[in-house]
Amino acid sequence: MDALKQELKENIIEQLNLEEFTIEDIDNDDALFGDGLGLDSIDALELIVMLDKDYGIKLTDPEKSKEIFQSINVLATYITEHRTK
Amino acid sequence: MNNKLNIQAWCSVQNGMVICNGKEIITVDNKQTFSASAKQVYKDQHWEYPKFFKMDRLSKLTFLTAEILMNEVTISSEEKESLAVVLSNKSASLDTDRKYQDSINSIENFYPSPAVFVFTLPNIGMGEVCIRHKIQGENAFFAFDDFNPLFLKQYAESLTQNNKAKQVLCGWTEIDEKGYNSFLYLASPNGTLPHTEESIKKLYTPS
Amino acid sequence: MQKPVYIQEASLITPLGFSVSENVSAIEKEQSGIQEQHCTDILDTPFYAAMIASEKIDAAFEKLGDPSKFMKLEKMMLLSVAETVEKSKLHISEKTALIIATTKGSIDALDPDNSFSEERAYLPVLGKKIQSFFGFKEEPIVVSNACVSGILAVAVAKRLIQNNVCENAVVVAGDLVSKFTVTGFNTFQALSDGPCKPYSKYRNGISIGEAAASVVVSSEKNKNTIIEVVGDGSCNDANHISGPSRTGEGLLKSIQSAMKEAKISANNIDLISAHGTATIYNDEMEAIAFNRANLQQVPLHSLKGYYGHTLGASGLVEAIVGFEAMKQNKLFTSLGYDESGTSKPLNIIQKVENCTVNTFLKTASGFGGSNAAVLFKKVAFEQ
Repeated sequence: MDALKQELKENIIEQLNLEEFTIEDIDNDDALFGDGLGLDSIDALELIVMLDKDYGIKLTDPEKSKEIFQSINVLATYITEHRTK
Repeated sequence: MNNKLNIQAWCSVQNGMVICNGKEIITVDNKQTFSASAKQVYKDQHWEYPKFFKMDRLSKLTFLTAEILMNEVTISSEEKESLAVVLSNKSASLDTDRKYQDSINSIENFYPSPAVFVFTLPNIGMGEVCIRHKIQGENAFFAFDDFNPLFLKQYAESLTQNNKAKQVLCGWTEIDEKGYNSFLYLASPNGTLPHTEESIKKLYTPS
Repeated sequence: MQKPVYIQEASLITPLGFSVSENVSAIEKEQSGIQEQHCTDILDTPFYAAMIASEKIDAAFEKLGDPSKFMKLEKMMLLSVAETVEKSKLHISEKTALIIATTKGSIDALDPDNSFSEERAYLPVLGKKIQSFFGFKEEPIVVSNACVSGILAVAVAKRLIQNNVCENAVVVAGDLVSKFTVTGFNTFQALSDGPCKPYSKYRNGISIGEAAASVVVSSEKNKNTIIEVVGDGSCNDANHISGPSRTGEGLLKSIQSAMKEAKISANNIDLISAHGTATIYNDEMEAIAFNRANLQQVPLHSLKGYYGHTLGASGLVEAIVGFEAMKQNKLFTSLGYDESGTSKPLNIIQKVENCTVNTFLKTASGFGGSNAAVLFKKVAFEQ
């Protein structure tokens, strides 16, 4: 699980071009959207593509994605339970 | 009413050189990638605007040229509300269009990126500049085969003559496989250099 | 006092037909061009879009030239321009501008399966094809400003004419349904799972469409002229590159700019043809802007339910249908609307009605925070 969280942080920084952040800057409980990392709606769509590409998880319900993109902890738990690759 | 326009300030970016009002701002190693050069300018200028790194190459080029120019002039927030932006280039957003096209060509590895797709329009960089400076005036993006100083002059004048704007941020911002160059200027009642085709052309083509 | 500028002739090449009259009669019967498409070369799953069969374009194009020499969008634009130039008996001189509006041009030229050279994707190359076909003297002006391109191009023509840059202009707008745009809007999760439903409570996204349209804009009237372009505006939201403004700021400013120039107040506008893409945020933004402009009582439609979102073409296609509403004094239904889905009220047209239409407002909004509004007025006939 810790390895997955580490991998998620790396991928999020890389995919979303968070140039000013390092892995150490992101706490497992930090809010990804809003005040935390300051992600926006396009980032959310990009994360949906990332889940499909890296873990074979297809998300179509925007409400569901809001729920699971709360923090690295929530996201990692969801991936562990639903991944197909 | 005196609607006569002058060129109040200008900025050009090409061959790794950033020049504003005839003064060299920074020169970067032209052999590095455009993104590395853009990052170097960002760091050098001490900007704090992380959204810059999310932009595509055309938007970065447009943004950084406008940013340096806007820092050289004083425009009140009220004036910004009616500042027009008129930009042009040859390749529209083809630089990023190709990147997006690559992501949809393969059936096995078909993962089109929304963050790339959103930049597949030439006017997005202009939108980024408007967001940054709260510019809510007239906007238009044009494509021409080559830099077209006469059209920029005529269109900017049509905006001021029709009372659609008092000042116009005009220019050319082009990036393609072959390279990049950008040139922006502020057409305004202020300043002393007349807004003529000749002077626009001369500033665009440094001696 | 600026000199008056008129719309002389118009033409439409759309899934509803290749003439303005075919288009209007389909709209009057509330027929939609949107269908479920099974084009696996565009998207692997079925999707809703309004498309024109290539065979139909090629058959129509035979009278102009060899269909195999031109790309689909080029043919659509050439067909449209040929009609407006012929109908208006336009003499193309050094004072005639060619203004081309498109969001993506021949973007299908980037597709490796396409046999045309990649060069054809460059907008100035598209411009040159049209220029040389008809012998326009001046370099074409290509407007590529996202989904406001088509209507913004009419404003550009008016401004250039009023400032004596040209005497008249052919404005042509067009965009395609391509793998590029469909997959893009799909990854945005913005495609509707049925024909789009602008302003409806049950709307859930856009349907894409393809079309070309053209008009002759001139400082002179001809015998058929009944429409004058009286005001325009195109302001930026300065808010977000893809999300519509929550306050409708740029659209409101565009409308106010057009109304101020035309000296027309809110209660003197007879019809609004709005953008109405049927995304939750766009329609809500428009409802807010129209209410702030005090236009909530004005009969309003979105034509996206007939044409889908034809991107850079949409503003001009929909304006031309509005010109017919002015000519026939008729309000056309906003197809797909049932129950209100916006927080502010709008007067959505729910059935075809006869009504005097002397003034008509066309608006559009697009990515990059762009908005545009153009006001048209019926010309008083001289006895």
